[in-house]
Amino acid sequence: MTEARTMTINMGPQHPSTHGVLRLVLELDGEIVVRCTPHIGYLHTGMEKIAESKRYQQVIPITDRMDYLAPLSNNLAYVLAVEKLLGIEIPPRARVIRVMLTELTRIGSHLVWLGTHAIDIGAMSVFLYAFREREQILDIYEQVAGARMMSSYFRVGGLFADLPEGFEKTVRSFVTTFPDRLAEYEDLLTRNPIWIQRTKGVGVIKPEDAIDLGLSGPNLRACGVPWDIRKSNPYSGYEQYTFEASKGSHGDVYDRYLCRIFEMRQSVTIVRQALERLPDGPIAVQDPKLTPPPKPMVKQSMEALIHHFLLWSEGFRAPAGEVYQSIESPRGEYGVYLVSDGSNKPYRVHFRTPSFVNLQSLPRMVEGRLVADLVAIIGSIDIVLGEVDR
Amino acid sequence: MVPDPAFFVIMVAKIVVVFGLMLLSVAYLTWLERKVIGDIQVRLGPMRVGPHGLLQPIADAIKLMFKEDIVPQAADRWIYLLAPTLALTPAFISFAVIPFGDRIRLFGRTIDLVITDVNIGLLYVFAVASLGIYGIVLGGWASNNKYALLGGLRSAAQMISYELSLGLSVVGVVMLSESLSLVQIVNAQSTAWFIVLQPIGFLIFLICAIAETNRAPFDLPEAETELVAGFHVEYSSMKFAMYFMAEYANMITVAAMATTLFLGGWRGPFLPPVVWFLVKLFLLIFLFIWIRATLPRFRYDQLMRFGWKVLLPVALANIMITAAFVAMR
Repeated sequence: MTEARTMTINMGPQHPSTHGVLRLVLELDGEIVVRCTPHIGYLHTGMEKIAESKRYQQVIPITDRMDYLAPLSNNLAYVLAVEKLLGIEIPPRARVIRVMLTELTRIGSHLVWLGTHAIDIGAMSVFLYAFREREQILDIYEQVAGARMMSSYFRVGGLFADLPEGFEKTVRSFVTTFPDRLAEYEDLLTRNPIWIQRTKGVGVIKPEDAIDLGLSGPNLRACGVPWDIRKSNPYSGYEQYTFEASKGSHGDVYDRYLCRIFEMRQSVTIVRQALERLPDGPIAVQDPKLTPPPKPMVKQSMEALIHHFLLWSEGFRAPAGEVYQSIESPRGEYGVYLVSDGSNKPYRVHFRTPSFVNLQSLPRMVEGRLVADLVAIIGSIDIVLGEVDR
Repeated sequence: MVPDPAFFVIMVAKIVVVFGLMLLSVAYLTWLERKVIGDIQVRLGPMRVGPHGLLQPIADAIKLMFKEDIVPQAADRWIYLLAPTLALTPAFISFAVIPFGDRIRLFGRTIDLVITDVNIGLLYVFAVASLGIYGIVLGGWASNNKYALLGGLRSAAQMISYELSLGLSVVGVVMLSESLSLVQIVNAQSTAWFIVLQPIGFLIFLICAIAETNRAPFDLPEAETELVAGFHVEYSSMKFAMYFMAEYANMITVAAMATTLFLGGWRGPFLPPVVWFLVKLFLLIFLFIWIRATLPRFRYDQLMRFGWKVLLPVALANIMITAAFVAMR
């Protein structure tokens, strides 16, 4: 009889804490993970290919469905890429609104991370508290775009519509209550001895390894690499806001936790600054070839009607060329590589999604650790499978 | 000698009442837990079935009974069927020696409000309670599922580590009351509750009791987010319900034990003894639920370390100090 030393166990694609349809094949020695092989593709929807048959504006809703916890960040990266291709500048009001909403998105996304991460480690109340807060952000989405999750609020050239009445009040009330609430969650976790035992020194990754593996976002910053695209390659006027990039030092689960908590606080200050400086003016480029004319005009002016018809049937053409635009999404570097052949549809779109790249660090973090750590580590990498598989 | 027929009548009546109430409280404990945790988590908990969801446990019971009962093909059939019973029975019968009130006079007879006063009551409870672990280990093993096996293994390791400290934590109480009978232990607390004399013992007992009942933060055997459901992952229908009932019955039993050993049992001013007993029981159970809603889960190795390197030495030191104290008296 041969003696089996290790046990192979299949974790996922249906498992409560693989955050979607991630499948891990684990080789266990007792409860110690000897080898961990992630299998992806269970949520593959061919988004990049679909985008090739859509006109430029029509791609926006597809991007929503990638990182479905941060739809507006995806929107932003895509529209910035197309705008770069077209070589246009959007009006300041639209830029400030974009920043405000993507920062709210970051808070919302980090809240889901916080809740699911905490429930993975067993602190289940935090999950519901985090979702209560996120609910307010979803309400804000609903106010501006009508949809709670797949909001598709940004457009190439600006925004879908101006902010509704009462928007400022809602956001203000959120940014005033939220920091106190966040402090309460920190009371439950940050100095909780069990939480610290479960997260400190777990899933450590060295800065060199992190860079080699292409980690980005809070995962990279937790190792002490101060790389935040909002700082290093500012877009949407981030250079005009005062905020700090998060920074950890140990690269473990606890530091990633602290980094994200810190980022939520910073996002609140950015949203506050954006509210202060919100200028008046148009919310989209005033170019009838790019952005639709106001609806009442369509019924009165022949020219506007033609523009409207053309925009909805043919869209606009982008000059041939290729661009790469990356933004700091809640999960890291979200990049859009766009190739245009001069037609009204992208020739090729590639989305460099942070979750996909971050996921490859998982085996290195978990090998040699316990199954319970695996769950904590998956939670701390904060992957969204929609984004991994696209 | 012909036994008194009334003795049997009273005995049967006591058993029926106690176990009937126990079953009912197990059912309503699930409701209470959902309500309390719901409240802590700013939601309502069950609200649809009956006013404030009061009929929810009954609906759940009916649903569970009518669920398909699945036995996995690869399972070890007999052990698989036996395991839930093994978990449930000890959970219920250990309540037999716990006094829940003073003796009362009814129809001219004196009735002790305890099913039976065994002179080794404490030992009996520990012995029976440790049997419950077989249900979990065998269930995990017989399911022939890797997750269940891991859950069963964790459970076995956890029980062994914590049973020891649990047993040691009450040695101080035994020394002070000079008896293993739970009735005697309650009587010994007529002047001062043992929580005053044995605060450390109480804390250790409480921690071990939570670990014994596999509840958060020691719910490793069924850690949902790691092992899906742990040892009972393959169980469905009433067999699943039996594990569930066992967990809640154990909760009641350990809370009753803590009440009896440290909180003066049914003793208390003004209110009738049974009410005092229930109030203390409820407060402890509320504490268990509260802890579950608040704390994250321990990791397997940390749990072991905590049990062997912290609780055990402290429990031993507690015994030494108590022994010295008793010897000097």
